[in-house]
Amino acid sequence: MPRPEFQAPPDVFYNESEARKYTTSSRIIEIQSRISERALELLALPNDGVPKMLLDIGCGSGLSGETLTEHGHHWIGYDISKSMLDVALERETEGDLLLADMGQGLGLRPGVIDGAISISAVQWLCNADKSSHDPRLRLKAFFGSLYRCLARGARAVLQFYADNVKQSEMIVTAAMRAGFAGGVVVDWPHSSKAKKSYLVLTCGPPSVNTSLPKGKGENGEMCSDDDDNESSDEDGDRTVGIYERNRPKKRQKTKKNGKGKDWLLKKKEQMRRRGHDVPADTKYTGRKRKSYF
Amino acid sequence: MRLLTHNMLASNVRGATTGYPLTLEATKWCTKEVELNADFIRGLLPKIDWRALVDATRALGLPELLPEEQPPEEEIFAEGAADVEGSAIRRIHHALLEVHVQEGSLVCPDTSRCFPINKGIPNMMLHEDEV
Repeated sequence: MPRPEFQAPPDVFYNESEARKYTTSSRIIEIQSRISERALELLALPNDGVPKMLLDIGCGSGLSGETLTEHGHHWIGYDISKSMLDVALERETEGDLLLADMGQGLGLRPGVIDGAISISAVQWLCNADKSSHDPRLRLKAFFGSLYRCLARGARAVLQFYADNVKQSEMIVTAAMRAGFAGGVVVDWPHSSKAKKSYLVLTCGPPSVNTSLPKGKGENGEMCSDDDDNESSDEDGDRTVGIYERNRPKKRQKTKKNGKGKDWLLKKKEQMRRRGHDVPADTKYTGRKRKSYF
Repeated sequence: MRLLTHNMLASNVRGATTGYPLTLEATKWCTKEVELNADFIRGLLPKIDWRALVDATRALGLPELLPEEQPPEEEIFAEGAADVEGSAIRRIHHALLEVHVQEGSLVCPDTSRCFPINKGIPNMMLHEDEV
């Protein structure tokens, strides 16, 4: 299954059935709550028992918000999908919900929020789902407004799935341009499925407490069985590690006719919309080779 | 939506200078009881825009709930005030955390753009030409 970001815009993808699926799957609930626990840990709020005012950006049906409530904090949740928020209402989450697009800015008064978390949401900003969308501008609007609304010294922890290095670079650069200090913490970097990237940002100039915490499993240790549930499917077919060179080669599929010009033009248009440099379409684009080539 | 959120929310429509405070028009609201935490209120109070909060309670038809001027901190956080029915801290707590606006709208003061509130969720989505 490709990641949801590649299938449809968030407000379309998370329709009623998808929202329900998302919230009834015990596997997703468990992963979500584990990520939010970790995000809250990285947020490093002072341990004085005083509730804080937090943001949950891309709160969806409020799974991550529940973790915040369990720790006694108050939160405001942002999401673009109405169906997801409807499910959140049904689940009677404690936080306040807002239907909004984070790429348009958060729209909060300056300096009022004590911290922000976001679970698997920021990568959506890298997509241009409408012709008017420019990922760079949307990232700028998001991080700019996030920086403004956070109190000085407050932290934001944004867990995201970047498609490639360029995307993650784009996100981090946008955050730094907005004035944040910090960087990416990667948990379980050696596992393909348990690997999680957290963008840990601190509002204000760099100081002692802006140093990055360590990611889990960085020194090569694999995550324990307990942490590995998500990488094994329900039917229990655990994969055994194979050295790359011993792995049997996949046989390449050979199609007779290739993919054709239409397919190529569509792909180029897609890449253009995502902001990549793509050569212009000419009469040479996707033409057939001469038979004697 | 609680009044706490309303107090922090500003509009970011193109052309709005501050977009704050959003004028609250509520047709339906309810109250849900929440445990009072004096430390949370103490941390929160400096960040609250008192004028906007008072105006919001007036808009809900609760003119008696909060005084025009913010009471001094010593009075709000006086020993044992949290247990006295009708004390300043109880009223502030009630206004900020227990009142939920269910239906109504928020109006941007600069551009008069109206953001509807449905089932307690304000719709802050902007059209393409308003970004």
